[in-house]
Amino acid sequence: MNQKNDSFHEEHVLHELKHYLPAQAPLKDFIHHNTLHAFQEDSFHDALNKASQLFGYKTYLSIAEYRSLLAKNEINEETLKSIILKFKPGQEQIWFDKLVKQDIDEELEPRIGQFRSFWKTHYKIDLDALVHPILFRIIGSYLDQGIAIWNFPISEKGFIASIQELEKNSFVSFFKTKRAKELLLSGNTSLQSLLHIVVGDESLYEQYLFDQQFAHPGWSGMVAVICGNKSSLIDEKKISLSELIRFELLLEIDALDDHFGDIWSPLALKLEKRPTGIFDFVEMSELNEIYRLFQEAYEWTYYDQVLHGLQVQSNSNSSKHATSFQAMFCIDDRECSIRRHIEHVDSDCKTYGTAGFFGVEFYFQPEHSNFHTKVCPAPVSPKYLIKELKNTNRQKNDFHFGKHSHGLLSGWVLTNTLGFWSALRLFLTVFRPSTNAAAVTSFRHMDKHSLLTIENKNGEKEGDLQIGYTITEMTDRIESLLRSIGLIDDFSPLVYVVGHGSSSVNNTHYAGYDCGACSGRPGSVNARVLAFIGNHPEVRKQLSERGINIPKDCQFVGALHDTSKDEMMYYDLKILSDENYKAHTANVEKFNTALALNAKERSRRFMSINTKDKIGKIHDEVKLRTISLFEPRPELNHATNSLAIVGRRQFSEHLFLDRRSFLNSYDYTTDADGTYLLTILNAVAPVCGGINLEYYFSRVDNQKLGAGTKLPHNVMGLIGVANGIDGDLRTGLPSQMIEVHDPLRLMVVVEHYPSVVLETIKRNPATYNWFEKDWLKLAVVNPDTKEVSVFSEGEFKAYSPSDKAVLTTDNLMKLIESTHENIPVHLIKEKTDGAVY
Amino acid sequence: MEQFINLFIILPFVGFLVSLIIPRKNENLLSIVSFSTVGIQLFAAFIFVFVWIYKGAHVINLKEFSIFKAKDYDFYIDFYFDRITLTYLLIGALLTFIVTIYSRYYLHREEGYKRFFNVILFFYLGYNIAIFSGNLETLFIGWEILGISSFLLIAFYRDRYLPVKNAVKVFSIYRIGDVGIILAMWLSHHLWHENISFFKLNNYELVHEQLAGHSLLGFAISMMIFISAAAKSAQLPFSSWLPRAMEGPTPSSAIFYGSLSVHIGAFILMRTYPFWEAQTSFRVFVIVVGLLTAIVATFTARVQSSIKSQVAYSSIAQIGLIFIEIALGLETIALVHVAGNAFLRTYQLLVSPSVVAYKIREQFYNYVPRIKNIEDTLPKRFEYSLYILSLKEWNLDSLMYKYMWNPLKRLGGRWSFLTFKNVYIFFALTFLTGLFFAINPSFVSAKWKHYFPLIFGFIGLLMVIKAFTERASVRLSWSLILTNHLGIALAISFNEHFDVSHHVWYLSGVLISGIVGYICIQRMRKLENWVSLDKFYGHSYEHPRIALIFLIACLGVAGFPITPTFIGEDLIFSHIHQDQILLAFFVSLSLIINGLAAIRIYARIFLGPHVKTYHGVAKRSS
Repeated sequence: MNQKNDSFHEEHVLHELKHYLPAQAPLKDFIHHNTLHAFQEDSFHDALNKASQLFGYKTYLSIAEYRSLLAKNEINEETLKSIILKFKPGQEQIWFDKLVKQDIDEELEPRIGQFRSFWKTHYKIDLDALVHPILFRIIGSYLDQGIAIWNFPISEKGFIASIQELEKNSFVSFFKTKRAKELLLSGNTSLQSLLHIVVGDESLYEQYLFDQQFAHPGWSGMVAVICGNKSSLIDEKKISLSELIRFELLLEIDALDDHFGDIWSPLALKLEKRPTGIFDFVEMSELNEIYRLFQEAYEWTYYDQVLHGLQVQSNSNSSKHATSFQAMFCIDDRECSIRRHIEHVDSDCKTYGTAGFFGVEFYFQPEHSNFHTKVCPAPVSPKYLIKELKNTNRQKNDFHFGKHSHGLLSGWVLTNTLGFWSALRLFLTVFRPSTNAAAVTSFRHMDKHSLLTIENKNGEKEGDLQIGYTITEMTDRIESLLRSIGLIDDFSPLVYVVGHGSSSVNNTHYAGYDCGACSGRPGSVNARVLAFIGNHPEVRKQLSERGINIPKDCQFVGALHDTSKDEMMYYDLKILSDENYKAHTANVEKFNTALALNAKERSRRFMSINTKDKIGKIHDEVKLRTISLFEPRPELNHATNSLAIVGRRQFSEHLFLDRRSFLNSYDYTTDADGTYLLTILNAVAPVCGGINLEYYFSRVDNQKLGAGTKLPHNVMGLIGVANGIDGDLRTGLPSQMIEVHDPLRLMVVVEHYPSVVLETIKRNPATYNWFEKDWLKLAVVNPDTKEVSVFSEGEFKAYSPSDKAVLTTDNLMKLIESTHENIPVHLIKEKTDGAVY
Repeated sequence: MEQFINLFIILPFVGFLVSLIIPRKNENLLSIVSFSTVGIQLFAAFIFVFVWIYKGAHVINLKEFSIFKAKDYDFYIDFYFDRITLTYLLIGALLTFIVTIYSRYYLHREEGYKRFFNVILFFYLGYNIAIFSGNLETLFIGWEILGISSFLLIAFYRDRYLPVKNAVKVFSIYRIGDVGIILAMWLSHHLWHENISFFKLNNYELVHEQLAGHSLLGFAISMMIFISAAAKSAQLPFSSWLPRAMEGPTPSSAIFYGSLSVHIGAFILMRTYPFWEAQTSFRVFVIVVGLLTAIVATFTARVQSSIKSQVAYSSIAQIGLIFIEIALGLETIALVHVAGNAFLRTYQLLVSPSVVAYKIREQFYNYVPRIKNIEDTLPKRFEYSLYILSLKEWNLDSLMYKYMWNPLKRLGGRWSFLTFKNVYIFFALTFLTGLFFAINPSFVSAKWKHYFPLIFGFIGLLMVIKAFTERASVRLSWSLILTNHLGIALAISFNEHFDVSHHVWYLSGVLISGIVGYICIQRMRKLENWVSLDKFYGHSYEHPRIALIFLIACLGVAGFPITPTFIGEDLIFSHIHQDQILLAFFVSLSLIINGLAAIRIYARIFLGPHVKTYHGVAKRSS
């Protein structure tokens, strides 16, 4: 890509385009990923420098923002100075002045778009204004998944062929002039030949295509995603990026012919000076150096608190036995606080964190559906299918979404009758919000009373997929899960497996609110499946042969935590023994208390709720948010995430981490060679890293890398959102999701020996790349010496946290009520009676 | 109880004023003021309606006060209340009340929270003036407020390209509607020799008698009214603006473009129904246009792949039917239909983001590949043609360019020799010559006297066309807008005995606003070194205050009802004789383009993506 090459390689250029275009899937499968994944070959700061100079993205906070963080001591001045010393030895004062005092020009002049802007400056034609509206309209209609009542008449043959067919058999045309239409009908639409007409100079084709496609990265990215993944749409559409480009070139020729007649020369021929190639060498700009220093100082101000806190927190409870119950949660940062509350409500329980698909990967097919949906991390391709049977729920209909209101006569009847029903609904919407047919409810993902085909009988298959797991497959999965979280003995009578999902309404990005480890679905099915496996006598038999003995009276219970409502649902309680059922009933009370406390803790971020209110009232208001049409923030999702802790619970249980940490349970004592650690990090790096970086980039450039405010969003073809009716698709996260997020890279902290961790991450180049290229930070706390070391440039280097005392609290609720802002890391000191609330 | 009507105007006005002085950061107070204003209004409306019905539901006509009086001419404010007003009052108050409460939470933390509620209240004020209006003059005041607040709501996200572009587009269509009303007022002057009130139009004999001798004039008035109704209600050929107005936050799109704004066209048709009731040919015309709109919009709605444009076109189709109902004299049915359509579309737009979850789930469970449509039974060639046409919105959007704006651009392009430096010389020469003849009419032969108004009217028109199409100099464009007014004033001077006071009314507002605007432009030139009209500069990001002052200046020169120019415009028209159709055409076209040119300057300098990229700036296509 960097080599100067005058010939045009179509395949190569298309491949490059796909690589750089946004890789966001259609709305139904919204999954977090690193927005700048294309630059991941470079190290973090180099990549950000490059991305801003090539594509004009803002990749850091602004200098004004950094300076105000410095003023608020959220960037520590000492830390800043030591960072400057580290990167700019000998020039500390010069750089410190630059950072703190001087006027800095933050203007960006990206390379993208420069070449193609000659249409405007030299030809005086606004090509985008002429081409985009009709292009988006046609592409949108072609890909539409069910908004249009009369859909694109032909689609089986592929995009260009369908347009051809349409044009051939019609009295009217999408084109205004002859030539473009003739080119289309004659089939003379090779990329090369069209570019020859429009651009004229083969060595500039690639640059032109980049300029052209990055004028509307949303639609182009969507087409690139769809053509690479057939299952991304329910109503399958055949289209390729090449087809989109060719059609766009035809429309451009049409617009140019219409404007100039046949006499216009290709763009490259009028060029006086060759534009800088997009991928020519990029130097690190001084501006980006300044950003880098600020960003590092910002991050280390925070990391230092965490590492210091982890180092000093006591290990007094390390040998705690869970006599009442054990509960597994997802590593999700939103579960960080609920676990703390549960442990405080019942000091005899123990909680664990692991990726929320609980090690069981499969497709789920709900009853009454012809489709199956993946419920495990996105990169995994499961070979198993689990079907839901005996679901008695059916979807309710709502005429507001039906096609009849858009008919002429049916519309007349409906407006005159049900129109007045809408008035009532409007009124209730505001004054008495209640759930409706369009709401997304995590509990509805799977019917509570349905049956699941978890166990495979006689090798039954459907297509390529095996229905359910065999006993050995089940045992393999639960064994590796239990070992990875270090739960291999001391089982309590009840072991909860708690997946999570989210409820919201009027939320186009709803899939991003559910469990990331389940491909944006609630984790209820997985939790139930794992509980089933854990309770299976044959599995237990095999498990005990492999050294894990689950006592007879121990039973697994699947459950689902709704993170926006703070409610829990439990599955298959019928199988519980009387004793366990009784214990469970008591536990539900404890969970409910913890859920209310969790709601209270979350409420401090919601301006409309008074965190000092009665706890029951707060919880009600939190629930109400999830069904209120006018509430754009049912929950704040992963906002503020900045940390992933991989270690035993006692490694971090006394720290107040303010819901900012992913927590993965891991017991180094049972994994000396790092086998399970590798599995964990293989998931943590892309999943948590993907979430963290998507939040980062959506926050620092919400306009170009995020989706902007969601308030004007308009749903396009059920696959994406745009502003207004003729805008490009918006990718990334809306401003309402990221506004409270602090853009910090995720730091992964592992409780283990540095040498083992180093050796472990090197075993998987993909995972190693995340740390080596600095997209994620990695620190290790030595369990024996409590020494901290930080991964940098391929090795672990000792790190000594600042000597300032860690903040402590003995009244968490007071702390929570004190501010809407981020709360620094606190050491939770128990009062003499053990209570912290 | 008549006097209570004033309350319905004063209340939103006070609410609007109060909302202007609340600090930007005080979200709570801003929203409380807004929903209380509308809430009290709603409550008062219920009581008022109840009492009114109890007292026999008699039509109320309330002549308020005269703003300007002369021989044969009386610009007065008049309020009117009947069941049409009642229906619109209740729909408007109810929906605005709900939406202000809705937006209280929905817009939390949004940049422009204050702006949003200011504009909503301003819009609501205009809406109430329009629906309570008892004559065309009062209606026009409300009408103008609706236009400008719509512009501001569509361009709410003023830092992006598309909202600004579409706001200007919609404003230009509204402007056509405005001129429809101005011309209707002009023609009515000549028909009635007074400023007629709607109340008088109810007098069948009076109307009938008056129209008997002037059936052509009557038809012309009806047509002008229809043009403004069709523009506001997005009927053919103006339909394509409505979906493009869906750029603001969803709740504002929901009430304004889903319901209130778009049904105002139907309102003015119902309001003037007694006037054109006996004009059968006109009624047939309304029915035909309504029917065509209904059909075209229905097909267009069926192929829309975006949820908001689908709702927009469905709404247009229903309003087409409402036009038919009105023309058939089915007022009650039309009123019910207006209410039902307004409620339904508002709700559909509010819940539009939910369509993803709803439909994806529906498909997941009940997916049937490729549903057969009714259109599939058509011969293939017809089917495909119909599909392409519908997808292209029947070329309605491009037709507007082709036949309205492009010819203007070409015309304006011919005047490239005008620069900021020589425009004054050119204009001074022509103007002084004209003035000389105007003051000394004896030098002018009778024949020339006839042509002079036309000549100067035309020169004025050319000035403003040049102003509208100027691509570089802001000062040139602004100066031309001002000279346009002078040209018009001069043209009229030949018509009557030179009445200075009328010209003072007309030009005073223009002059003051012109100077204020000019100072703003100079200030911007100094601060930014360079401003031009070649693209959007987005300077409101750094200079919101200058932007606001300049906007007010623009409204001043555009004859918005904040300066005497507003009445002056109407006065000027009253001096145009009934047989000077060409002059009326020049002047009205001048006024359309004049307002557009001013708003265009505002948009180019202050709106759109900021030219400075030190902060996040959206892509042009977003």
